[in-house]
Amino acid sequence: MEKQKKPVIVLAEFSSPAELLHAAEKVRDAGYKKFDCHSPFPIHGMDDAMGEKRSPLGWIVGTVAILAFVGMMGFQIWTSAVDYPLVLSGKPFVSYQAFGIPSWAVMVLSSAITAVFGMWALNGMPRYHHPVFYSDNFARVTDDGFFVSIEARDPLFNANNTPGFLESIGGKNIELLEE
Amino acid sequence: MNKEVDAAYDYQVPLITGKPTFGWITEKVSSIVESKTSKEWALLFGLASSVMLILLGSIGYLVWEGIGIWGLNVPVGWGWAIVNFVFWVGIGHAGTLISAILFLFRQKWRTSINRFAEAMTIFAVICALIFPGIHVGRIWAVYYFFPVPNQMDMWPNFRSPLLWDFFAVGTYFTVSFLFWYTGLVPDLATLRDRAKTTIRKKVLAIFSLGWRGGNKQWKHYELAYMLLAGLSTPLVLSVHSVVSTDFATAVIPGWHTTIFPPYFVAGAIFSGFAMVMTLALIARRVYNLEHILTLTHLENMNKIILTTGMMVGYSYSMEFFISWYSGNPYETFIFMQRAFGQYAWAYWIMVSCNVFIPQLFWSRKIRRSIPAMFVISIFVNIGMWFERFVIIATSLSQDFLPSSWDYFSPTIWDIIMLVGSFGLFFTLFLLFIRFLPMVAMAELKGVLPQADPHHAHEGEAH
Repeated sequence: MEKQKKPVIVLAEFSSPAELLHAAEKVRDAGYKKFDCHSPFPIHGMDDAMGEKRSPLGWIVGTVAILAFVGMMGFQIWTSAVDYPLVLSGKPFVSYQAFGIPSWAVMVLSSAITAVFGMWALNGMPRYHHPVFYSDNFARVTDDGFFVSIEARDPLFNANNTPGFLESIGGKNIELLEE
Repeated sequence: MNKEVDAAYDYQVPLITGKPTFGWITEKVSSIVESKTSKEWALLFGLASSVMLILLGSIGYLVWEGIGIWGLNVPVGWGWAIVNFVFWVGIGHAGTLISAILFLFRQKWRTSINRFAEAMTIFAVICALIFPGIHVGRIWAVYYFFPVPNQMDMWPNFRSPLLWDFFAVGTYFTVSFLFWYTGLVPDLATLRDRAKTTIRKKVLAIFSLGWRGGNKQWKHYELAYMLLAGLSTPLVLSVHSVVSTDFATAVIPGWHTTIFPPYFVAGAIFSGFAMVMTLALIARRVYNLEHILTLTHLENMNKIILTTGMMVGYSYSMEFFISWYSGNPYETFIFMQRAFGQYAWAYWIMVSCNVFIPQLFWSRKIRRSIPAMFVISIFVNIGMWFERFVIIATSLSQDFLPSSWDYFSPTIWDIIMLVGSFGLFFTLFLLFIRFLPMVAMAELKGVLPQADPHHAHEGEAH
């Protein structure tokens, strides 16, 4: 038996960053949660307009930074003063001033790697399959197109009403994408 | 008043000239990558990659024969390899300054040049990393640098500035690369969505990681970008400071000074901006980017070259003053030798290129003249290479023991490897401008007036 097609996402296009921002406010006020606003560049004020919380990435990176610095400091003390103590140019076994420099470098390195891959993880990247890509018109999102998408998983979603709602707030080229 | 005059001071004046739309930027930048390979590009690429192959061949010979093929002698154990290393690391610094520090200071003009400058950073650091790698002589023992358990049960000496260097420059390369790639993701998605052939679409889709431009992605993306900028800013200041400790922690006269870290950082930014300028002027001309890389951008860069050039000049004079003021006869001697001794020719090339010539940028006319700034930027590149040569050669060739003094002369292999490193640099750079968007499209769109959601349409009242 052939699988029944069912709607997964509805897409509406808007003509400018300002329109997208106002649309986001209206979608938020209507109570939708699983929606997104797509644009070629980040739009100032969009997080508030969508009711989005701040990204937790800073806390993750901060924690990793502290652990990396302390860890690298400890590793150097262990190798230089515990595992194989060696007198080098008469310097103390625990030369914390010198050890601070590799610790700093490792801290920056770990934090940067965490910032990038943490961002991937929070964004669910890489993800090569997504219903919005069913729309040919959506390719303009990386050029000069501004879109609102509402997922069918949203409890308020209704295949009959939601497209009309997007049209009523100024959306053009409404597409109900199915899979 | 002339509108162009204002742009440097007043951000109400558009950063991009003409009447750019979002689509215009996409088309302008993407079409460079999507057009057919030009004959000129192929010719330049053939030339650059041939020079790069000469470098690779001579590295092979170096590994086979040993570092005796260079002009090294007993007091001068560090020759051009270290000069080239410091030179190339320094070049990279401007890229990070533009991408990270100017980002944190909200200098919106950076968006036209940052991608370009970041790419330059990565390629310059690749060139730099080659030289300490090959100058160790026994290249097969380089893994001693890594703190890995080995057959001798020994660990690296973490008190050595050479090891700090390894950590600092290795981190610098990795972080710069991550920063650059993160910035590229939305632009690769643009190219993906414009791709005509399936294979091109697939390859770009893989590297753009399924970017959808949703604000739920932008939210994390922007914070990650800001964190990377925040991490890169102290990093870039620390990298050349650590490089300078290779010298400053030694007891050699002329090296053992506390001024070295800030002096090296200022010099690095100075030389890096000169290299960005040289490359930007060529790319601007070849790819008709005059509306994106406006005279205002170039003038701003020239102001930075003038400022950092004066910092470098201040360091030169302060070194001299301290060598006299310290009353240390070895210090005084080495500085007198720098200016009037056997390497005086190199010293005065350095001072002329780095201190005297950039003073021309006090004139607004010269700051805005393309031929003038092109020539000056090349002089600065030359001058900064000589700065590192002067520091290394003069101090080593005449240290405490007159009986061991010797003069350093390069061999053909020194020269080939320096020229070859430029071949490597330009090969990578040409590949970059051919296959990747050299201007950050998403960022550039974000600084257009119409990107601001509170921007009123032209002619409408606020």
